[in-house]
Amino acid sequence: MEKDGLKPGQKIGLKHGSGGRAMRQLIEEVFLELASPVDGIGLGALDDGAALRVGDQWLVITTDSHVVHPIFFPGGDIGRISVSGTVNDLAMMGATEPMALTCAVILEEGFSRPDLERIRDSLKATALEAGAPFVTGDTKVMGRGEVDGIVLNTTGVALTRRVVSDAGLRAGDLLIVTGQVGDHGMAIMARRHDLGLSGDLRSDVAPINGLIRAALAAGGDDVVAMKDPTRGGVSGSLHEMAAKGKVGIVLEEQRVPVRDEVRAACDMLGIDPLLVANEGKAVIGVRAASAEKVLAALRAHPLGRDAAIFAHAIAERPGSVILDTGLGRRLLTEPEGELLPRIC
Amino acid sequence: MCLGVPGKVLAIDGLSATVDFFGVQKTLRLDIVDEPVAVGDYVLNHVGFAIRRIPPDEVQETLALFDQILDVSGARADLMAMDVQGEIAAGAAPAGAPKG
Amino acid sequence: MAKDLTQELKFRDPAKARALSEAMQRNLDAIGREVSVMHVCGSHEQAIARFGLRAVLPPQLKLIMGPGCPVCVTDGPEVDEAVALAVGGAHVCTYGDMLRLPGTARSLADAQADGGKVHVVYSVAQAVEVATAHPAEQVVFMASGFETTAVATAAVALGPLPPNFSILSVHKYVPAAMEVVSRSKESNIEGFIAAGHAAIITGYALFEPFAARTGAPVVVAGFEPLDILAAIVKLTDLIRERRPEVFNAYPRCVSRDGNLPAQKVLWKVFEPRPGKWRGIAEVPDGNLDLRPEFAHLDARRRLSVDTAGVRDEAAAGLERECICGPIMMGLASPHDCPLFGKACVPEAPVGACMVSSEGTCRIWHTYGGAPDLRRVEGRAAGQG
Repeated sequence: MEKDGLKPGQKIGLKHGSGGRAMRQLIEEVFLELASPVDGIGLGALDDGAALRVGDQWLVITTDSHVVHPIFFPGGDIGRISVSGTVNDLAMMGATEPMALTCAVILEEGFSRPDLERIRDSLKATALEAGAPFVTGDTKVMGRGEVDGIVLNTTGVALTRRVVSDAGLRAGDLLIVTGQVGDHGMAIMARRHDLGLSGDLRSDVAPINGLIRAALAAGGDDVVAMKDPTRGGVSGSLHEMAAKGKVGIVLEEQRVPVRDEVRAACDMLGIDPLLVANEGKAVIGVRAASAEKVLAALRAHPLGRDAAIFAHAIAERPGSVILDTGLGRRLLTEPEGELLPRIC
Repeated sequence: MCLGVPGKVLAIDGLSATVDFFGVQKTLRLDIVDEPVAVGDYVLNHVGFAIRRIPPDEVQETLALFDQILDVSGARADLMAMDVQGEIAAGAAPAGAPKG
Repeated sequence: MAKDLTQELKFRDPAKARALSEAMQRNLDAIGREVSVMHVCGSHEQAIARFGLRAVLPPQLKLIMGPGCPVCVTDGPEVDEAVALAVGGAHVCTYGDMLRLPGTARSLADAQADGGKVHVVYSVAQAVEVATAHPAEQVVFMASGFETTAVATAAVALGPLPPNFSILSVHKYVPAAMEVVSRSKESNIEGFIAAGHAAIITGYALFEPFAARTGAPVVVAGFEPLDILAAIVKLTDLIRERRPEVFNAYPRCVSRDGNLPAQKVLWKVFEPRPGKWRGIAEVPDGNLDLRPEFAHLDARRRLSVDTAGVRDEAAAGLERECICGPIMMGLASPHDCPLFGKACVPEAPVGACMVSSEGTCRIWHTYGGAPDLRRVEGRAAGQG
């Protein structure tokens, strides 16, 4: 009973938005054609943002649309996640002093005005935290049922003297994660599926440009690759860094910091914390010689207290991410589609 | 069939129990567990039902079982030899040196 | 908060794991040839894969995953029934594992994308809540999983339920599959690791006649890494000594007779019936169906389930070429299959082994074979 005559393979599915392999394939197959050569890092690089040469600096631009549900969740809301997401994408490219943010919103007819003002307050507070001014935006309203509540798009621009891509890893480099993983995704999943879990599961959503600034100050040019493990989790970030750097990565599971509550929730639902989204963390690739320095700088910052060196790059098996479990080794799966609770 | 996670019973209300799993709480049903369950007991959860009350001495019992299996397989002596060799090797490194 | 239950640390001790691994090696050396053993539980495969345990097993030991993933062995036409119900307007509730399992043409996820009211639930009780929340509409719970999970369904079936709630049972019974594997003439499986949580319910006595008849020892194993390794050591001991016995390596949870109240509840509501398991053909007593007394709760009997609009007959033809059966018994490898990597891929799987993230074909397809990670260096210099 196909309404539109299209087979399942010819239609966009939810998996195409979840940050995993399916999404990457969609982008490569459909959107990459839009890329054209630029003086800098453009669409073709599929990095967190673009970087265009302007004089002796780089103009970094990134854009994100936010459709998170529920829009208010433990630890944050769609406003906070919009600002943090964009500020963090800029930071991942080395641009830790955002110049400007835009805010375009699409609202569903009937959306609550008090809710909108609550979101506005959150946008304002988070932007202040990040030192990022809002300069322009757009407002649209669609009919009831034509859009789900609210869609927020934020675009950020910043100048930087040095761009850090996600392709800079070489064999021998070490990888640092700036804090505990899995907080955001598990907070959302517990609420979304109404799993009846109570406990301190809250999102880690926060702008981390200050934290990254400290890391870059300590490591300088030895910070060679950065990524924020949002959708697709740490696994998604590592797979991209391994593929683009043409290196293998060995990750030590026991060194990955995870909160007890998050680990418990993951165990209960059969989910791997390495696949769960984070909204206030970064994975940083550093030349071995500077790793301890960068680690110290991160740990000295309030948002980086639990930072840890947890992986290293190797020459063999380029593109693969190998998990050392402490008892054995296996290949870490690439994230694929939306994470669902398992019973088996 | 399979995913069963142990948690500690915090409260019981008839056939419902509030169970804590290292900081996350969930309500489980006690309809099919085959022993009386009390607050403080550990139970195994499967799809929202407690399927087993885990006896408090289970950790010791299980470790003893592993040792018994190793014993029967004649591995005990080798394990001790390994420990001794490990200590000798560790003794050769300067104190406070990072371990690999 | 204090962790009284410190099993995490004690059941994952790398030194013990090494000792167990060496004990296995000694057994295999003494046996002097390749040995194939089988486990029949998706969660065992998950634990083995998660902790990378295959990298520490002796090379002569083949640990094969048998038909132990209830997702993989749920047949296409069974999923078609659920899809037909969703397309027909009923709410369909399912465990997350089953959402993306394709029927002969589509999965419940596809039906959901087309506007079907499909809900992912974590428990049967949640499905009942959905029924209570939509009293004017039919709500069907697609009951999947093996006997452990069937007990939960049965417990709920015996209680008070809203009149719009019904059950589509696709539950399966694992001991029946072990029989099929052992009876296959070419099967070279010499021992079985039985699933610990199913055994909590059924007990392990039921494996005794099985072991005696087939000559294959059975060891019941838990799910921590040391549980699994210790169970394998014991199994290789029994194989080496040619003792077709049953050993309980999970005494903290499993008893000989099992959980009798749970068994009573299970068999009060369900009865074993012959069933077609995906890729394995007929398994006598392999399916658990609702007894006639529960016809009022049986979605198949209460609602009209017409799969004509969602079935794909051409796909049924592909299944005939599928060799998941021999693969699950360790008699063939994915490369022997004409469909592997071509007509049968993770996005469009035909057989059981490609459906599940734990299936042999899926793992081979994802990683390009069985990866040997033994010689990958583990630690970087200078890490404290």
